[in-house]
Amino acid sequence: MLEKNISLYSYEPFMQDYIARWKYRGDYVLGKVFEAEFRKLYHQHFQDSKYEVVPIPLSAERMADRGFNQAGELAAFTRAKQKDVLGRKHGEKQSKRSRLHRMTAENPFHLLSEPPKYAVLIDDIYTTGTTLRHAAQVLQENGTDFVAACTLIRG
Amino acid sequence: MELDPKRYAGKRLLRREIPLSTNALREALQHQHFKQIPTLRKEKSSMYCNRCNATLPHLQNIDCQICGSKHLYCRNCIQMGRVSFCETFYEWAGPEPDWHIHDNPCAWEGELTRHQQIAADAIDQTMKQNGKLLVHAVCGAGKTEMLFQGITTSLQQGKRICLATPRADVVRELLPRFQQAFPTVSVQALYGGSPDKTGDGQLILATTHQLLRFYHAFDVLIIDEIDAFPFHADPMLHVASEKAKKPTCASIFLTATPRQKEKRQIAAKTLPHVFVPVRFHGQPLPVPASKLCFGMHKQLRKGTFPKGLLHWFNNRRNPTRQVLVFLPTVVLADTLQDEAMEVLRPSAQKILPKREAETLIRTVYAADKDREAKVQAFRNREIAIILTTTILERGVTFPSVDVAILDAAHDVFDEAALVQIAGRAGRSPADPTGEVVFFHEGRSDAMDKAVRAIQDMNRRAKRL
Ligand SMILES: [Zn+2]
Repeated sequence: MLEKNISLYSYEPFMQDYIARWKYRGDYVLGKVFEAEFRKLYHQHFQDSKYEVVPIPLSAERMADRGFNQAGELAAFTRAKQKDVLGRKHGEKQSKRSRLHRMTAENPFHLLSEPPKYAVLIDDIYTTGTTLRHAAQVLQENGTDFVAACTLIRG
Repeated sequence: MELDPKRYAGKRLLRREIPLSTNALREALQHQHFKQIPTLRKEKSSMYCNRCNATLPHLQNIDCQICGSKHLYCRNCIQMGRVSFCETFYEWAGPEPDWHIHDNPCAWEGELTRHQQIAADAIDQTMKQNGKLLVHAVCGAGKTEMLFQGITTSLQQGKRICLATPRADVVRELLPRFQQAFPTVSVQALYGGSPDKTGDGQLILATTHQLLRFYHAFDVLIIDEIDAFPFHADPMLHVASEKAKKPTCASIFLTATPRQKEKRQIAAKTLPHVFVPVRFHGQPLPVPASKLCFGMHKQLRKGTFPKGLLHWFNNRRNPTRQVLVFLPTVVLADTLQDEAMEVLRPSAQKILPKREAETLIRTVYAADKDREAKVQAFRNREIAIILTTTILERGVTFPSVDVAILDAAHDVFDEAALVQIAGRAGRSPADPTGEVVFFHEGRSDAMDKAVRAIQDMNRRAKRL
């Protein structure tokens, strides 16, 4: 369902600590160091202005706790046209679930408004790909022709 | 709803640290059980964090989706949870907690030496009078036991007490000792990832970072290793300790190796102090020997040990003592690990002949996930030799070890570190001596100063 996924980094222990501090501790400014590189990566693969970026959202509860969405930050770094068309149901922490459970879990995403024809999903980490596949599924069922993903890290 | 003052008093908490529903919190605010305090404040046109007092550049902007505006947050104390401009602190404003007045809380039945008793009396007096006292006690003086008398008096007066120390290892080591000494008192240990998190005990043992959670909480604050990293280097921790005290509070500072600042205060008599130059078993501190090893730096880089070290290993006075080998860097510890397994194995087998050879030699470093387990295994005599960085220099005690310091002239080994490392040896009354050897390729000032400081302590002890 995903045409492709491209990532900037692999998941080194150092990166793990850095991302944890950015995301879970909420140290907002740490994201800025990725800005130029991430934009470059995005534009190398998605030059055409027909592509629009769709960040993987946080649930309302998680957003109220953290105050920012790291995927939203990454999406803004690309300076491409951004469509926040996905909503997310609050669930248990992904990292706490078993792999099998993650693969078979129900889709937490729903559509908020009309999706773009050419969508590039943006997220911080690509591990099993389940999250991105769920998001892609919602888009494709609602009229998106092309879905790819651009992530900061491949786990 | 009845809220327990012990759970909330003496703290400034963020919303997410309060386990109450929105309604319950609203009700508590209506009853004025909490008051709200701004998280950041403006002073002379600069902003400051109300938890850690940091200012620029530690305060940075966040594009906040909670309030929909761009505002400051504090990066300096973020490991305790983010302090953000659009939030507030909740400070307990309800009834003061009734800390238990204990009749006879102390179950410790040991005896203090004459010198320990002098210090214990001074500590007790200082706690009664809410004063300040610096306790300068050599490594192995038995300072924990010197605190028991004063803590007992304080508990009899219904006071709340905190002992803060820089390292989680030490908090973990102290917890069972305090629980045994004060079996009827609620003793809690707080450090990053500790099982206890609520901080509602009457007697708190905590890493210095954890003090940031408290505000006007303690009647007695004991700060261990006042000279240690990170306390002397990090102004935030100083702020934290000041804020954790009640306006009237006794302060006890403990150190084995006072820094210039404390030495000046002692000399100027601005800080009362008591000096304990003798170990509790009465034996002198081991004076470090030095071994010059030409070519050592080159050998270490190649991952081999200097001959001098191997020679020493094979000729120790007591070949059954366990050994701590201190190295200046983690990288070096890593490079030497395989070589250690090979060339130190015969020595390791002499130390613990009945154990499996594979697990006799281990490295331990600061970020080591298994550090706690390895330290415990060493204490249980399941590991013969530990290669480590300066991380085990302080507080952590083993009864009977020899100590080798490789590249002792390296910058990381300052005078205090070397004195502390040397102080790991000869702690046990059953084996009160121990060898300490500096392996080097040219002496540093710090090495000379450390040896002189130790000799000076021993001279002063003899004169008493
Ligand atoms: Zn702060």
